[in-house]
Amino acid sequence: MSEQRVHFYQVGSFAVGNRLLSADDRTVQSSPHRTNSIDSGHRACQGCGEALGARYALDAAMRATNGQLLAVNATGCLEVFSTPYPETSWRIPWLHSLFGNAPAVATGVAAAMRVKGRSDVRVVGQAGDGGTVDIGFGTLSGMFERNDDVLFICYDNEGYMNTGVQRSAATPPAARTATTDVVGAEPGNVFGQGKDLPRIAMAHDIPYVATATVADLHDLEQKVERAMSFRGARYLHVFVPCPLGWGSASNETIHLARLAKETGLFPVFEAEYGVVTNVSPIRRPAPVEEYLKLQRRYAHLFGPKGRPDIVARLQGIADANIARYGLLPERDELDSREDD
Amino acid sequence: MERPFAITLDVGTSRANHTGSWRVERPVYVDRLPPCNNACPAGENIQGWLYEAESGGYEAAWRKLVENNPLPAIMGRVCFHPCESACNRAEVDEAVGINAVERFLGDTAIEHGWSFPEPGADTGKRILVVGAGPAGLSATYHLRLMGHQVRLVDASAKLGGMLRYGIPAYRLPRAILDAEIARIIDMGVEVVLNHTVHDIDVERREGEFDAVFLAVGAQLGKRVNIPAGDSSKVIDAVSFLHQVADEDPPMLGRRVVVYGGGDTALDAARTARRLGATDAVIVYRRNRDKMPAHAEEVEQALGEGVTVRWLSTVDRFESERLVLEKMRLNADGFPEATGEYEELDADSLVLALGQDTDLSLLEGNANVEVNDGVVQVTPTMMTNEGGVFAGGDAAPSDRTATVAVGHGKRAARGIDAYVRGEEFASGDRHELATADRLNTWYYADAPRTERPELERIRRQTNFEEVIGGLTEENALFEARRCLSCGNCFECDNCFGVCPDNAVVKLGAGHRYEFNYDFCKGCGICVRECPCGAIEMVPERI
Repeated sequence: MSEQRVHFYQVGSFAVGNRLLSADDRTVQSSPHRTNSIDSGHRACQGCGEALGARYALDAAMRATNGQLLAVNATGCLEVFSTPYPETSWRIPWLHSLFGNAPAVATGVAAAMRVKGRSDVRVVGQAGDGGTVDIGFGTLSGMFERNDDVLFICYDNEGYMNTGVQRSAATPPAARTATTDVVGAEPGNVFGQGKDLPRIAMAHDIPYVATATVADLHDLEQKVERAMSFRGARYLHVFVPCPLGWGSASNETIHLARLAKETGLFPVFEAEYGVVTNVSPIRRPAPVEEYLKLQRRYAHLFGPKGRPDIVARLQGIADANIARYGLLPERDELDSREDD
Repeated sequence: MERPFAITLDVGTSRANHTGSWRVERPVYVDRLPPCNNACPAGENIQGWLYEAESGGYEAAWRKLVENNPLPAIMGRVCFHPCESACNRAEVDEAVGINAVERFLGDTAIEHGWSFPEPGADTGKRILVVGAGPAGLSATYHLRLMGHQVRLVDASAKLGGMLRYGIPAYRLPRAILDAEIARIIDMGVEVVLNHTVHDIDVERREGEFDAVFLAVGAQLGKRVNIPAGDSSKVIDAVSFLHQVADEDPPMLGRRVVVYGGGDTALDAARTARRLGATDAVIVYRRNRDKMPAHAEEVEQALGEGVTVRWLSTVDRFESERLVLEKMRLNADGFPEATGEYEELDADSLVLALGQDTDLSLLEGNANVEVNDGVVQVTPTMMTNEGGVFAGGDAAPSDRTATVAVGHGKRAARGIDAYVRGEEFASGDRHELATADRLNTWYYADAPRTERPELERIRRQTNFEEVIGGLTEENALFEARRCLSCGNCFECDNCFGVCPDNAVVKLGAGHRYEFNYDFCKGCGICVRECPCGAIEMVPERI
């Protein structure tokens, strides 16, 4: 049939699957034979972005390594909801030690595999944003510096959700958490603090750094695939909305991740050896309000006693991201990308 | 049991933990009625046949199409496609070119000689269909599929009714018309041409018919009393188009004025232009906004050099001079006379002021109710006389070919139920798939493919078809623009976005099902379903 000649496939690559695409162009997630690295029955909240992000990333890594994969997990939601003894949701080899040492344990596992001559077995370290940007930061930086052969994945839900929604260094400004109450002149989390870990990782000049969201599955899977094509330290930062901590409806998880990218608040890009090589352009530009209003952690910014000045500062952050990464290319440039 | 060092308990899978018990709402798969299907007067399952066409399954698409409408190549040309006006894609970019794909399928079927399914097993019932226009042909087709014997009679020399005698060849080439009619007749139909039915009761009794379908159309051009000199040439548009179709066009001269604002007026003016009229002028009493003709036909006519005198009525016609009275619209939008007159040179005047139905064949029957010049019918098109059905222009309708096709189908179902002594029960209609239920993010950006138009200069001198067809590539592209509103097209989104792996993929063509043991009821699948084919319903607790 003429399917090969026609360059248009109804949902293109936006949806999870597409019967009109060739099997090679479909996602791992569209296959009934995907690993389901994290199984049903886990105790994540309704609409958990992290459970979704972990399955997306690990299933893709399983495909990329022909199933020769080992995961090391830091303490956090992902660990707690997946392994209340004696149950486990993991269908891959999986290790948990402490909150702060996951990168170091992953380094050790990779070294053990090297010693055993099992270069085919690849290692993934994973943690939430607390375990990555705060508690595990030292060991992670060491793992980067030594260029150990580990892909470290951070599932960023912007706070310590498992322990009751406390602020982390990945919590965005103005967001309410249990430790950044909505009081004073600058309610919620302060501006000007926190860590941008993808950029810190890039500063280590490691082979591969990328960001992704649970809203763009094709992109996320391609980045895992790409990461697995390198040896050495690699870092993937996945944006995973948290209905509990953000005060959003459980069905909005993917929509929120999409809006974070489309507003420019969460830039999606990839970098090799410290240099940005690719960005995901904004497809349907949206003001930050559209994203903020769906979350109760920003509720104090709206309504009669709202703070449009703070909303404007958040818009400023989005605009700065758009400028820094070139997220809004000229229309004709966009068109030529789509033709590729 | 031997355990590794320091391990004292067995490890179990989390699948023992049935998180489905957390749920207060459950997702369920639904099928909703796509707006195109809802708008189609012929009741086509448009979304259904586009789905087949999307993967290049043109024969399957055509077969699905002709389940409801046996005339796709014709309708792909002459239908005014209310489906496209209703299409949700208009909210994304532009409506899907459904009509163009329908035509492509119809033409492809003719090219490949695809034939209809075998007629149903003979029921022994005999049905008389009076009138071989779109309603009569459609009824004949469906009745044959049901296994009834059909005698199709028509007063003209050829089959087709207004498709042949009302629609000019530049909109509907005769080869296409003949091919689609022949395919119906090949199902085994007794055809009687040049036969006018004078008394329906006599005809029914003598032929021993179990039921009758009246699809006599509206063949009589309405006349108004316009004072005209003896030498003035006045003709009604229906007769004019009929004579042209018979290849015996009347001599109208070089300056032809058409009076009226419907599609027939435009057909007459455009036909006059092709027959050599240098001036083809339409006189219409209201303005362009109020014109009943379809906008695209107006556009094409103006492009061919037809001109329009808006807000004018014809007062009188005396030797090559037409006196027009100017009108203005009052506050309610009705035209009012102004008392101002102007003149227009004209060789002939064509009246396109609407059409009446010749129902003299019903005069002997006291039961059939006629109101406003049309036969009153039930939803299954039956009149007050048992076994006598009516449809098309002879019944209350919008008087388009597509409505007539739909009437034919409904009448066939009504007749089938009647001759079996049953009541026809129509199935429940699904809830409408409105645009607000869609998640349009997922659809790739793709503007509509327009069909090529014949160069204007060539349209002024011949009856070549004005609107071209789509190539296969274009038709496939256009089919794939369908959003599949309200009907699962197996994009795997629900399967992929469930954080609890609670969606089971059943394999191509079998869609999905929920595993309620683990579904927590988060609703992401509903939110992220592109086409709105899942909904949340409260859980009984």
